[in-house]
Amino acid sequence: MGAAIEPSTEKIATRVAYGKSLVELAKSNQDIVVLDADLSSSTQTKFFAKEFPERFFNMGIAEANMVSTAAGLAKAGKIPFVSSFAMFATGRAWEQVRNSVAHNHANVKICATHAGLTVGEDGASHQIIEDIALMKSIPGMVVIVPADAKETEKVMQVVTAYNGPVYVRLGRSALPVLFDDKYNFQIGKANVIEKGEDLSIMACGIMVSAAVEAAKILKEKHNKSIEVINIASIKPLDTETIVNSALKTRNIIVAEEHNIWGGLGDSVASALLENCSEKLKFKRLGINDSFGQSGKAEDLLVHYGLTAENLVKLSLEMLDYQS
Amino acid sequence: MSSNFPDLVQVKEKALEIRANSLKMIHAAKSGHPGGSLSIADILSVLYFGGHLKHNPLNSHDPNRDILVISKGHASPAVYSVLALAGFYPIADTMSFRQLGSKFQGHIDSLKVPGVEMSTGSLGHGLSNAFGFALAAKLDKSQRKVFAILSDGELQEGQCWEAFMACAHYKTNNLVAIIDRNRIQLDGGTETTMALDPLEDKLSAFNWETKTINGHDLEELDNALKEAYRVSEETNKPFAIVANTIKGKGVSFMEDAVAWHGVAPSDTDLEKALVELAGTK
Repeated sequence: MGAAIEPSTEKIATRVAYGKSLVELAKSNQDIVVLDADLSSSTQTKFFAKEFPERFFNMGIAEANMVSTAAGLAKAGKIPFVSSFAMFATGRAWEQVRNSVAHNHANVKICATHAGLTVGEDGASHQIIEDIALMKSIPGMVVIVPADAKETEKVMQVVTAYNGPVYVRLGRSALPVLFDDKYNFQIGKANVIEKGEDLSIMACGIMVSAAVEAAKILKEKHNKSIEVINIASIKPLDTETIVNSALKTRNIIVAEEHNIWGGLGDSVASALLENCSEKLKFKRLGINDSFGQSGKAEDLLVHYGLTAENLVKLSLEMLDYQS
Repeated sequence: MSSNFPDLVQVKEKALEIRANSLKMIHAAKSGHPGGSLSIADILSVLYFGGHLKHNPLNSHDPNRDILVISKGHASPAVYSVLALAGFYPIADTMSFRQLGSKFQGHIDSLKVPGVEMSTGSLGHGLSNAFGFALAAKLDKSQRKVFAILSDGELQEGQCWEAFMACAHYKTNNLVAIIDRNRIQLDGGTETTMALDPLEDKLSAFNWETKTINGHDLEELDNALKEAYRVSEETNKPFAIVANTIKGKGVSFMEDAVAWHGVAPSDTDLEKALVELAGTK
């Protein structure tokens, strides 16, 4: 699995990596087509549109038609990548994803950007914190949340080769690069970034780099050994890796930029309840059932507690740390 | 692949068989949608047996086939019947309709039934699906034709109008939409539930070529389809055939009756219906 490396100072948004990967993949794969709903500058599909105008379809501000059209294209043998903001691709068009795409097992990749609070200034109307719940509840839907630009690139290669419906959750904000070229993404596999003994932090998306940072602080300042697991493949879930880590550390925190109801935390909790009879301590760190608001992405993360510092605090509380 | 010159006598006979078998299926299942199955029987028969829809029962994925998306997935009895008559599977199989484990689901399922291109049932999706096939055919520079059969009631779904807009914008002149204008939906008449008229004007305003015909007149259907191919090629516009139909067509007591949208015939009803249908041969 992927090598743990020091987070780079260079920051890249997963949507940017997505836009670049699309162009690269489409050079050798003639079946790739891209649909967007008037957001190609934001979702970064504009680069594909420029390079392959005949294979790019701007569908206007009409997400329902976009998703069902993609299902038709897929049934005709194309590999459609559908992009919009995650709010609209998974929320507005949920029923089309469910019935046109998933129920037909259409080979459509819903690659939606601007997920979560880190949309920032646009505020609650655009900050979807329910998309993981919406997508993972659809039978047969693969749900992936990449943690950085490199992982996004690898995810794109894998989902292009995979035959079936996939949701890839992408973000607006620039993130540290955690992985290098040796990193190997597999659907259904979690990735132990750092091994540890005292507590496991399991995270997806932007919270993976926060988890890496928290583990470093806990080690250096508090002499705690933290296992950090990147769960990019939310569904299918790597139950084995999750359970093995939990049995080792007995202390588990799951961190995600999503409502705590219906997100990765719920999936991990279910996997643990079904597979461990041992006593475990468990905590979900996410958005505690409230809508977001306008603000700078970094300020919002602090306000809602989605930071390395808060992970450190929660970890110490769980470990009954006495200073 | 079948592409015979239309033999209207045969097309008429097949339409009657679609109707009779649809009613037998619904009767056996004790549930289903007779009204909207009977209203599209003639349209299906002209497409499959009138030489319009290239299909291959020996290979439902034949790359040279044309595409038909049935957006009104509740008309499944008619769809299963026409595919059986076209040779995709034995017609006796269809009697497992709506039973546990059957491939003949209440609403059509592309993963279970050969010849069904898209699973539908949730109304409003089918034109978008067909548009996707039409775009793919354009990309592939294929001569493939794409047909969509839409219900009239489903045009109340906003997605249909997103799709009408998109088809015209992308000039999918390889796509023909046939609207089953039977003027009845579950709760009552379309015009009292949520008015659609003037429907042809709306379609024209969305930049479609249109033609309104009697959807039970086989020659009118045949001519309208031929006109659609010719006109769309000239104008680069998609073509909508507004087929005025009668819900429950062919069985006197089901015709134009709201009550027969989604109710199964009793033993006596079925017997009477089959006698009536046999009498119209």
